[in-house]
Amino acid sequence: MKKEDVKICIIRVGGTNCDRETKRSLEDLGVKAEVQHLNRLVRKGSLQEFDGLVIPGGFSFGDYVRAGAILAKSLTARLRGELKLFIDEGKPILGICNGFQVLVEAGLLPSFNGISDYPEAALATNIPIGYRCMWVYLRHENFGRCIFTRRIPQGNVLKIPVAHAEGRFIFPRGEANKLLERLLENDQLVFRYCLEDGSPAEGRFPENPNGSFYDIAGICDPSGTIFGLMPHPERAFYGWQLPDWTRMRRLPRFADGRIIFSSMIEYITRKF
Amino acid sequence: MKSLYLRRNVPFELYEVNILDADDEELLRISEELGLSLNLQEMKKIKEYFEKNGRNPTDIELQTLGQTWSEHCFHKTFKGTIKTSEGEVINSLFKTYIAKAAEELKKPWCISIFEDNAGIIHFEDDIAVAVKVETHNHPSAIEPFGGAATGTGGVIRDVLGVWAEPIACTDVLGFGPLDYDYNKLPPGIKHPKYIYRMVVAGIGHYGNNMGIPTVNGAIYFDESYVGNVVVYCGCIGILPVKKYIKNAKPGHRIVLAGGRTGRDGIHGVTFASLELTEESEEESRPAVQIANPIEEEKLARAIIKIRDLELASSITDLGGGGLSSAVGETAHKFGCGARVELGKVPLKHPHIAPWEIYISESQERMLITVPEENLDKVMEIFKSEEVEATDIGELTDDGRLRITYHGYLVADLEIGFLFSPPLPQRFAEWRQPRYEEPRFKEPRDLDEVLLKILASPNVASKESVIRTYDHEVKGNTVVKPLCGRYGGPSDAAVLKPLNDSWRGLVISCGMNPKYGKIDPYWMAASAIDEALRNNVAVGGRRVALLDNFVWGTPEKPDRLGSLVRACKACYRFSKGFGTPFISGKDSLYNESPLGPVTPTLLITAVGVIPDIRKTVTMDLKNPGNLIYLLGKTYPELGGSEYYGLMGFIGRSVPKVRLEDAKNTMNQLTKAIDSGCVESCHDLSEGGLGVAAAEMAFSGDVGVEIWLDKVAGSSSLKRNDYVLFSESNSRFLVEVSKRNRERFEEIMEGSTYSLIGRTVKEKNFVVYGLDGEEIVNLGLKEMMHAWKRTLGG
Repeated sequence: MKKEDVKICIIRVGGTNCDRETKRSLEDLGVKAEVQHLNRLVRKGSLQEFDGLVIPGGFSFGDYVRAGAILAKSLTARLRGELKLFIDEGKPILGICNGFQVLVEAGLLPSFNGISDYPEAALATNIPIGYRCMWVYLRHENFGRCIFTRRIPQGNVLKIPVAHAEGRFIFPRGEANKLLERLLENDQLVFRYCLEDGSPAEGRFPENPNGSFYDIAGICDPSGTIFGLMPHPERAFYGWQLPDWTRMRRLPRFADGRIIFSSMIEYITRKF
Repeated sequence: MKSLYLRRNVPFELYEVNILDADDEELLRISEELGLSLNLQEMKKIKEYFEKNGRNPTDIELQTLGQTWSEHCFHKTFKGTIKTSEGEVINSLFKTYIAKAAEELKKPWCISIFEDNAGIIHFEDDIAVAVKVETHNHPSAIEPFGGAATGTGGVIRDVLGVWAEPIACTDVLGFGPLDYDYNKLPPGIKHPKYIYRMVVAGIGHYGNNMGIPTVNGAIYFDESYVGNVVVYCGCIGILPVKKYIKNAKPGHRIVLAGGRTGRDGIHGVTFASLELTEESEEESRPAVQIANPIEEEKLARAIIKIRDLELASSITDLGGGGLSSAVGETAHKFGCGARVELGKVPLKHPHIAPWEIYISESQERMLITVPEENLDKVMEIFKSEEVEATDIGELTDDGRLRITYHGYLVADLEIGFLFSPPLPQRFAEWRQPRYEEPRFKEPRDLDEVLLKILASPNVASKESVIRTYDHEVKGNTVVKPLCGRYGGPSDAAVLKPLNDSWRGLVISCGMNPKYGKIDPYWMAASAIDEALRNNVAVGGRRVALLDNFVWGTPEKPDRLGSLVRACKACYRFSKGFGTPFISGKDSLYNESPLGPVTPTLLITAVGVIPDIRKTVTMDLKNPGNLIYLLGKTYPELGGSEYYGLMGFIGRSVPKVRLEDAKNTMNQLTKAIDSGCVESCHDLSEGGLGVAAAEMAFSGDVGVEIWLDKVAGSSSLKRNDYVLFSESNSRFLVEVSKRNRERFEEIMEGSTYSLIGRTVKEKNFVVYGLDGEEIVNLGLKEMMHAWKRTLGG
């Protein structure tokens, strides 16, 4: 399909707050992006009209219970059939920050054996504890499974900011290494926190900003069409959003987050 | 014994207050027992009014008057008459000094100043910017998390209250020393460390959850803040000029939207108009509201939709005084009366007396007036955002406030009377404190002194706080609070609020409570200069100012005397710099068993930059460049960090030389626009030494400086004085060698001196007046000292 025909849904509920800049990023790439309240989407039954879905950052429903938990349950309870159809058709779903938390809580990530009825992993409280807003380096670890990062060579380093209090990716205790192996086998590992030169953070703060297991910052599902990450690519879309652009000889037009959105769109235009 | 309170025979709690039979003593007793915080003069005026009407007031009528006439809502001190010990008579501090400069400057870009919930200035084409800064000191002293969170929530609603969409928050905080001795804490006062942690958490909680970036701020430590924590919360919003609608008319419906009304936040404003005591916590805990940022996020979305569709005729937030202020002020502003049925107000829990409903300060509520024909559409929008909204009454044309509760008339007051409290006449007297200029020998090891100043709490990095606030959300923060390679302290925040324009908004602040201990006049002047310096340093111009006074009890002549002095400076320097005040707020009665607050004036500056790509940050960029010092250095160390470190206050408070200052700032703006400024930093606490060090380690670029080249250094005679003088209106600028001539040509006619250069070695080296090396420190070592104190 043609780029200008692509229509992306950005879902929102009370407490979602990164929908506007996410919409701007998508629109800047020449596609249509609509911010839709979950209630409206459910009422109209219109999810299938869209070619892709983004769950943006924020504090959906105040992140009471656990971050993303209430929206995850709302999604699976109110849109279950439609969401499954959407995924089965291979339409891409991107979860950013709170959206990543939602995807994990909803059993859509890592989703080793299809949509899980219970969360298979968690984004736990940061270690060191507390909300932290900062720029981090991400090493791209995917070998081509993830459609959102296909254009990024494996091993490349991206600079994108994080801002969260609950972003420590963990697997159930005792199974962590086994599940990590599975994640790697399936090529589901996408981003790891790293140093500026790409060497692993190895859990060190602040390079790994939240104590994530194996420095995990973002993963995809086995099909590569569902992707969640804690960092905010929409805040690293333009060059002037960079924290150190005043140190550069020339202001770059774009920053590292853009490629995630453009890859998503490229996938849609090729596939459909 | 006659009874002062008579219960009315109605099926709910309503009392008639027998003021007609009350003598002076009883009037005061009534004021105290009902928590009205009204004085005898005010109570007598109320008695007189009801005598004329031939009846006693109800409890809700008295409470309404107590709220509306409170210092917090009516700003009696700033509006009243003041006689000074020099025989001056000032009719309204506000009109005479604060608003006067703006009136005389007549800037065409000022759209609405001092008349609405927030000041509004033009930004670009048909887009305007709304700004408000509030204080929330009293609640934060009692319950720091809730107090600070609702401070942020409240100021965001102020901006919504002029139909603007919030785009950024600011926070400036004042705490007691974090290592304050627990044994010295009087009962009822919380330890500064606890207050510090909880206030910071509260501010982050609200802004982060609502998705509004916190982009600028400051933290100060002072002994006087132990008993009187200082919490300033600011908010900036944008709106299309033509959507700034205010044309409410009789017949329009009054709609209350947002959170439910409960017993939280009863008597917040009257409490804010009292000194804090040991019993404050027990008595006033209900005065602190409970924050729910997600509710406000939904409310904001609905409000902006209603704005865009132009469905409402006016808007105001529910803050201090709750419904009583919002309804009364709306009716008053549009020359209307109002009729309200309190039985319709959605409640958090049953059995709340009508007077409590009417003055409750429960959070996340807005009041809009809506023409009847738009009511359904408005309700539909609130519903779609899952926000509760209720039609609670209408505006009338009879100039009266009539409140019913389940059909029973419980209040009937003339709006005109409600807004004519007797204004106080107060006496002000200011005496210059007798501080001496200290005498001590120049320390041999200035390395150690510099490291100590970098590590002092007021100078040290606030990174551990800044990082807990989301300063990136909305994706429009061009210059963030921390900049450079290693988290340097940005002078100002720069936002790019419009997708299709390069025009930027520049937000900065200035505050110098230490100078106020010597002279509040020069404190105010310095705060204005500092706020402007910070703005100009990144490329800001066309600056509007906001004033926020935190002072002690105005009934005490010395407190009022120093307030008058500060106001005089506000007028002179606002006018002189051509930077009008557009909004402000005062918080008085900041006194505790430990004494009064150090008079503290926060100046917030909002400027613009035509093209954000010209923005300059403070981190040094490259070795091999030249370092210029703009402005002249004077022997002004009174109230400085350096004197403080040595255990003195001193007397030589920094002054502002208006013409020189304007000259320097104007030329610097030209230089920045010409593109020949690589980095720029203003000189403030810790003077030249600290500013240069911060630039160096933030950019990871070494520097060499010669003090004998500093303009004015010959009159200072001492290396430590030159290095740490805090003279105003000075900047450090990095310029590449190839731009030397161009830069000097632009700066022609202002005072500047070429004092050093950037070097490859990662060291900070200073040569003294005799040419000998007096400071030689590694950049990492300095940064470590700077970051260690509060954690980074």
